[in-house]
Amino acid sequence: MEFVMPLIYILVFPGFLFQMVFSTFLEWMDRKFYARMQSRRGPLYTGWHGMLQPVADIFKLFFKEDITPVGADRFMFSFMPVLGLASVLTAGLYLPVWHFTSYSSFEGDIIVTLYLLSIPSLVLFLAGWFSVSPFSLIGATRVLTQLFAYEVPFFLALLSPAVVAGSWQIQKIAVFPWTSGSPWILLLQLIAFVVALLTLQAKLERVPFDIPEAETEVVGGPLTEYSGKKLALFRLQKDVLLLVGSAFIAALFLGGFPGGIWLGGLQLIVKTMMVVFLLSLVRAAFARIRIDQIVGFSWKYLAPASLVQLLLVLLLKGNGVI
Amino acid sequence: MAETTFRVPFGPQHPLLKEPAKFDFDINGEEIVGARMNIGYNHRGIEKACEARNYYQCIYLLERICGICSHSHTTAFIQAVEELMHLEIPKRGSYLRTLVCELERLHSHLLWLGVAAHEVGFDTLFMYVWRDRETVMDLLEEISGNRVNYAINTIGGVRRDITEDQRKKILGMLAPLKKRLDYYAQIGTHEASFVGRIKGVGMLPTKRAHEMCAVGPFARASAVDTDVRRDDPYAAYKELEFKVITHDSCDILGRVIVRVLEMVESCKMIEQMLTNLPEGEICVPKVSRKTPAGAVVSRYEAPRGEDVHFVRGNGTDKPERVRVRAPTMANLEAATESVVGAFVADIPIAIASIDPCFSCTDRMAIVLNDRKRGTRIATWEELRRHGIDWYRKNKGIRF
Repeated sequence: MEFVMPLIYILVFPGFLFQMVFSTFLEWMDRKFYARMQSRRGPLYTGWHGMLQPVADIFKLFFKEDITPVGADRFMFSFMPVLGLASVLTAGLYLPVWHFTSYSSFEGDIIVTLYLLSIPSLVLFLAGWFSVSPFSLIGATRVLTQLFAYEVPFFLALLSPAVVAGSWQIQKIAVFPWTSGSPWILLLQLIAFVVALLTLQAKLERVPFDIPEAETEVVGGPLTEYSGKKLALFRLQKDVLLLVGSAFIAALFLGGFPGGIWLGGLQLIVKTMMVVFLLSLVRAAFARIRIDQIVGFSWKYLAPASLVQLLLVLLLKGNGVI
Repeated sequence: MAETTFRVPFGPQHPLLKEPAKFDFDINGEEIVGARMNIGYNHRGIEKACEARNYYQCIYLLERICGICSHSHTTAFIQAVEELMHLEIPKRGSYLRTLVCELERLHSHLLWLGVAAHEVGFDTLFMYVWRDRETVMDLLEEISGNRVNYAINTIGGVRRDITEDQRKKILGMLAPLKKRLDYYAQIGTHEASFVGRIKGVGMLPTKRAHEMCAVGPFARASAVDTDVRRDDPYAAYKELEFKVITHDSCDILGRVIVRVLEMVESCKMIEQMLTNLPEGEICVPKVSRKTPAGAVVSRYEAPRGEDVHFVRGNGTDKPERVRVRAPTMANLEAATESVVGAFVADIPIAIASIDPCFSCTDRMAIVLNDRKRGTRIATWEELRRHGIDWYRKNKGIRF
């Protein structure tokens, strides 16, 4: 039995299988919400209300012709999609499912998760850089510029619940509001929650922060030259990143997923969907901003806001309120 | 060119462009230091084809110059022909023609607002605007039977009348549309992320707009007070009350404001026309198929700006020469210039701010690189021979 549990953990829940199924479901949900907010219908034909559309899209891409540009670095060009998907899938293993516990939990796993969630941006940069097309190059530099804009506020925002719980372990942070007997401290972290949502949106490169792959400006950004299987892997990476990022925020700010296997699993699904719904709202409500505007916005508003949140938490903690 | 500068080709195929055109931008980081444009990818030879058709056939051919302002091109052409023939069109006919003109302006500006929103990634506004544009399309279908090429113009008037029921229906459908227009005016000028992208971008100073001969809403947003409808009234515009909207901000925000307010003015004009619709004939009963010899230049305020048609008749039923200067031709140079100094992110919206229509405006010249006779532009005879040879060789077609 000893080697069966880790295998189930990695391959079934919350590993590969669960992440694939749930992330494509989330993409469908996001597309549907987005469409309804624009008074469109969204996906309709594949599966129940078009539920299988994301899966169909990915399968279609797998059977398409796979082109590597002549000037591109062949190894890096093929390796980047795999690395990106692997890093987000691994990050998903640290989610505190099954009643707060996570199989591979240890003190400091929040740092590892943040690190793993940063890799996709670097992968996108390298993918654009090694495909040597002017549009990919512009997209790649935009990925990096944007990374410098949102990464620090993102870390600062996630620091707040960690400081409250006094721990670097995701499951301890998630369990803290319930064990300390004061669930209201979740409300105190509203600012950090909003900052985390916006920066996650920037990490996912969705409107209003879809600057690196702005279609009308730089075609596909770093992914301009990608096609076929490799593009499908990037699509999957994006879906899984949406799932892991949202679940991560739900674990830290929405009180984790208590209640055993079934109730905990249900909470994981519902709370992640709530976060994705908020992200869809943001996506529908704004126009794409410019790269200089996102840098200004992040450092003028998001970073100070998360610092204020941190100060608030530290003051309360110092005075023994929490 | 500095070492850090590199050239990015936008087009002939690029998501920014709905039609083929080529733009070359010299980019230094995110800043644009140089811009060039080139057209000629979608030349259809319509002007030449007109010479082989009679005036009535020309109407339907010229209607297909543009899918958006199809009525503009036919009206501009027909005005020229009517002037050649010294025709006075009946009042009701000219009112109906103007009605379609203004409905077309509404649908063109709504389409543009949607495209502009899409260019800056504001797809929600894009979808909303295009949903409401359907109202206008339905109205046009109600009047003419068609959504795009209305085919309502004919020499001496219009081809279809509207009934009393239709008149009421149009007025009824216009009221909710006006409310929506107010809403879009609010969003277009106040939504922070949208305004942040268009304010102070794509500047075209008033002086430069005069020098580059900019026309239409593009020029009016640079405080150039020009409008053919007022300056050189045609059809029923003499009897209508309307304001010429200008704005002095010289940027894309100004172009949005000008277009949205123009739509409000169009709605007012449509209401005026429908409430004071004169009774009587809609078309001159009998029109000769031949025109006297002579040449006429006709001007028309298309949704995108001044549309100029030149027609020369030689006494037969076919025009000797038809020349079209679509508004995009006048604005394209100025728009390309306005991009320099902006960011890469501003390219789509700056180019789109003139509402470009490359197929309408396309020009082509073939340059022969002949060793014996030197480099020169091909003549008509040489082009014709080249075309015949090319089709014989590549497609096996014998003429």
